[in-house]
Amino acid sequence: MASTDTTGTKAAAQDGQGGTAGRAGQAGLDVAGLEAGLDALETTGSARVPLRSTLVSKVLPPVTAVVLVLVVWEVLVLCHVAPAYKLPSPGDVWGEVTDAWMQGTLFGYIWTSVSRGLLGFLLALVIGTPLGLVVARVKPVRAAIGPILSGLQSLPSVAWVPPAVIWLGLNDQMMFAVILLGAVPSIANGLVSGVDQVPPLFLRAGRTLGATGLRGTWHILLPAALPGYLAGLKQGWAFSWRSLMAAEIIASSPDLGIGLGQLLENGRTNSSMSMVFLAIFLILIVGIAVDLLFFSPLERWVLRSRGLAARR
Amino acid sequence: MASPLAKAADETPAADHAARIDHVSKSFAGPAGRQLVLDDITLDVAPGEFVTLLGASGCGKSTLLGLVAGLDEPTAGSISTGGRPALMFQEHALFPWLTAGKNIELALRLRGVPRPERRGEAERLLELVRLGGAYGKRVHELSGGMRQRVALARALAQDSRLLLMDEPFAALDAITRDVLHDELTRIWRETDVSILFVTHNVREAVRLAERVVLLSSRPGRVAHEWRVDIPQPRRIEDHDVAALSVEITEQLRGEIRRHGQH
Repeated sequence: MASTDTTGTKAAAQDGQGGTAGRAGQAGLDVAGLEAGLDALETTGSARVPLRSTLVSKVLPPVTAVVLVLVVWEVLVLCHVAPAYKLPSPGDVWGEVTDAWMQGTLFGYIWTSVSRGLLGFLLALVIGTPLGLVVARVKPVRAAIGPILSGLQSLPSVAWVPPAVIWLGLNDQMMFAVILLGAVPSIANGLVSGVDQVPPLFLRAGRTLGATGLRGTWHILLPAALPGYLAGLKQGWAFSWRSLMAAEIIASSPDLGIGLGQLLENGRTNSSMSMVFLAIFLILIVGIAVDLLFFSPLERWVLRSRGLAARR
Repeated sequence: MASPLAKAADETPAADHAARIDHVSKSFAGPAGRQLVLDDITLDVAPGEFVTLLGASGCGKSTLLGLVAGLDEPTAGSISTGGRPALMFQEHALFPWLTAGKNIELALRLRGVPRPERRGEAERLLELVRLGGAYGKRVHELSGGMRQRVALARALAQDSRLLLMDEPFAALDAITRDVLHDELTRIWRETDVSILFVTHNVREAVRLAERVVLLSSRPGRVAHEWRVDIPQPRRIEDHDVAALSVEITEQLRGEIRRHGQH
């Protein structure tokens, strides 16, 4: 097919329209109107959920559940199902809270553990992210350490406490080592599965736009893998916190300060069940609070902005 | 019309073709040995030309488009295009973590457009596809037709002289598809872009193109070509469009029938 004779075609076609410019213009307007109509019909607006219904649908149920548990607990205590040294009453535990508050030690316990946990988690993030990326994208590396990485996730990190104590001694480094061994595999695996779930179409589209190599990783692969990565981070935090508590309970030493794990261990050695309960509640509350204040909103925002989660 | 797309004053001198597909063959390793998908395809797309590639399933038309896009290498023959072509898929392939406007800005950024110019250029491209108010919209907030228009704007943002389209309207309802045919024709005439458009819909091929190329199936070969001289803007229900479609469909059916005979 000769290509020279076609170069003028478009212009010719346009010139040919000279006489019917009116019709073309009219048609253009019609299309614009039709299109606007289609757009309006097929787009649905989203309204904000009023605060009151949020309170009723999201805050009321968990509060009710907690109150119910407290009531059942109090009833069990009143019925004397177990002696007081085994089952303290909610009031005893609350007394423990106010004592710690009055002595000004309550936040000390929490902060000792939370600061360790967060620092350990951030370290795990810094190590786990590039590790996950390499495992996901480099085939030989994946074949070599992929299965080990998944296997490590099912190993309870408490198993690392004895060797960590022997290698590093009773200090903060040992705590961080246990946290890392617990959280790094979760974070890396989360990123690997996030990358695996990236639709190939995005990568093709990215390549046609010129996003190859590192630019492709930064602009396409990482944002596309974000939901899986976030799930990994969330699990990584849970593993960090659990590992830390295991380490604190097993390896207590006066040099380490009193975190929530030591508080629990101290309660056991002092036969103070209310102190043990206090420690357990604080551990639980911190875990829930970090998830509720940080990971859940982040995850919801990511999913919602991509249209992956319905407004609930 | 002074379109910024016309400023494609490339480093390369104005060539006499937007794409030259020269004796291209492609085979894949299949379960029954190597399978020839494309056999000795030769096809030129002139600058500013609108060509549709038509064929039944298994003719390798999408494979051919992938080769022209540079996503894969031909087994034999050569393909030359002036720079990297833009490619539009059947799925919109917009990135859901970006807004409509930011999707276009990413294409601009990857093309090397400096930051201060990106926003304005993205808004201009959205105006071009008549989605002026959609800059901040998320992909899931747009309808199917709007998504394909944003995808078209993103493809145009690459400022390629050649736009490859792989059945981009196949998943849309008939009315929306009609509207997008009108839009694509308008945009093609306002810019100096060349279009190679793959479809299995004969009417669509005739409605849009200046030239229709029919591929045979297994392996894909150029079976026939038609020049479409019906003036634009055409409508899909125009008598001339229908008449030519009947002729092409007859030929296409013949191609398909051949496969049932052995």
